Amino acid sequence: MNIKDIENLAELAKIELSDKEKKTLLKDLDGILGYVKQVGEVEVKDFEVEYKNKNVWREDKLKPSVFSPDLIIKQFPDSQDNFLKVKKIL
Amino acid sequence: MIDIKNLTIEKAGEMMKKGELTSVDLVSACLKNIEERNKELNIFLEVFDDVLEQAKYADEIIKAGKGTKLTGIPLAIKDNILITGRKVSSGSKMLENYVASYDAFVIKKLKEAGAVLIGRTNMDEFAMGSSTENSTYGPTKNPIDPSRVPGGSSGGSAAAVASGMALGALGSDTGGSIRQPASFCGLVGMKSTYGAVSRSGLTAMSSSFDQIGPFAKTSEDAKIIFNCIIGKDDMDSTSADLNSFPALKAERKIIGIPRDFLKEGVDQEILKNFEETLDKLKKKGYKVKDVIMPYLKYSLPVYYIIMPAEVSTNLSRLDGVRYGLRKEGENVFDTFKKSRSAGFGPETKRRIILGTYVLSHGYYDAYYNKAWKVRRAIMKEYENIFQDVDLIMTPTAPTTAFKFGEKKDPLQMYLEDIFTVSANLTGLPAISIPSGKSSSSLPIGIQFIGSLFSDESLFAIEKDLRDNK
Repeated sequence: MNIKDIENLAELAKIELSDKEKKTLLKDLDGILGYVKQVGEVEVKDFEVEYKNKNVWREDKLKPSVFSPDLIIKQFPDSQDNFLKVKKIL
Repeated sequence: MIDIKNLTIEKAGEMMKKGELTSVDLVSACLKNIEERNKELNIFLEVFDDVLEQAKYADEIIKAGKGTKLTGIPLAIKDNILITGRKVSSGSKMLENYVASYDAFVIKKLKEAGAVLIGRTNMDEFAMGSSTENSTYGPTKNPIDPSRVPGGSSGGSAAAVASGMALGALGSDTGGSIRQPASFCGLVGMKSTYGAVSRSGLTAMSSSFDQIGPFAKTSEDAKIIFNCIIGKDDMDSTSADLNSFPALKAERKIIGIPRDFLKEGVDQEILKNFEETLDKLKKKGYKVKDVIMPYLKYSLPVYYIIMPAEVSTNLSRLDGVRYGLRKEGENVFDTFKKSRSAGFGPETKRRIILGTYVLSHGYYDAYYNKAWKVRRAIMKEYENIFQDVDLIMTPTAPTTAFKFGEKKDPLQMYLEDIFTVSANLTGLPAISIPSGKSSSSLPIGIQFIGSLFSDESLFAIEKDLRDNK
């Protein structure tokens, strides 16, 4: 891994990093990946997994909501007439 | 003045019922302890302004004879559990001013039971850490020795109970974040079977591991909180009703010891304490068997692949658009980047980048998919072992509470989770209980892992150990 890889990952993760942060991350990731890559050597039998999980559905019915629209709108970083304001997308 | 540090929820509840004590007395005593030491220890990020009103209301309920075991009991709440109209920051600058628009399922339950919610406690940012040093709001200090960490990520909740600022607390446990601080602060800390407690209203970190659970001084107290917060919840499709599973056999006293797993990287004093505890349990009628679990040692590397993967996807919602910190940039992507860079601390960024890596094209199979295969193998291994034994016993953590700044290398910090993560990987219930002190008077914890839905039985062990002292 090199600095370019870190920059690429930061771009994918939408995080801006300083040069110092990049260097530290490169060192940290080398250490961590060096440790976790041992899972690659584990021999695992390809046993059939019994999935006890199932999809959980609910009826498509309106339910009274406990959410307060005011509290939600108050959390908007920027708003106008109760609408959320964002930067132009296109 | 009431000595909160030596009072249990059980005892306080009895006294209030008899009219020997009021919730206002209890809360006032907690507030006094907070006033005296919170500045130094940095436990509460906020003490709620209505605690005395809550206590007065609880006293009325008790007077009317309608109290529960938790009515009027002051509890501390980790800063990642939502309470309507209250700030909930997850220890992060990103959510510094975020106000919850609904109650978490567990909060709804506690309110119904009449518990007094004292305030929100400090934590590692987004519950990522084992020392509370990763909080944007500064580290919490261990009340037993303020030069040391209280553990993490629920360090504030553990320290609140250990310092007499609350009688019990809620934390969350993704890889050991309740059990390890419980062990560092001399408390009982419990993580339930995955699904026993609803995650609705818990700020998501790693959704296939996260569970809310109790801190208390005794297992009876922990059980009182636990019984209040469990239950099936429509808002969490992974939640389950513990009572809908077949009852377990009454006697659950065969302990398995994965000896191969306990050799490296553990403090000698902790190993010595472990053997002494085993002897005590044998005298109490527990049977002990050595078990061989070859996959168990891969729990930590598996965890540190799957967890950051889930973190990187879960935390993508924090982009400054709908809530949280927004730093305006030149365009929409620039705004995402600026907001996330300013809002997240170093450990959060590290895990997001790591998670992005293990999920990226070309590495996905080697890391994420392989980790899942090994995770299943560990589940299967436990399933087989629980045919022979009822419990698995390990130390809770490889060390006692360490000094601030002692674990600078992230990997060193991650190794704190070595014994706790397997319960999260497998969804199994686990408890940390106090098992004495080190030569430097620091608490040591011991962990028991049970089979799926055996949560209830884990609470019995601590009493057996305590009675033996």
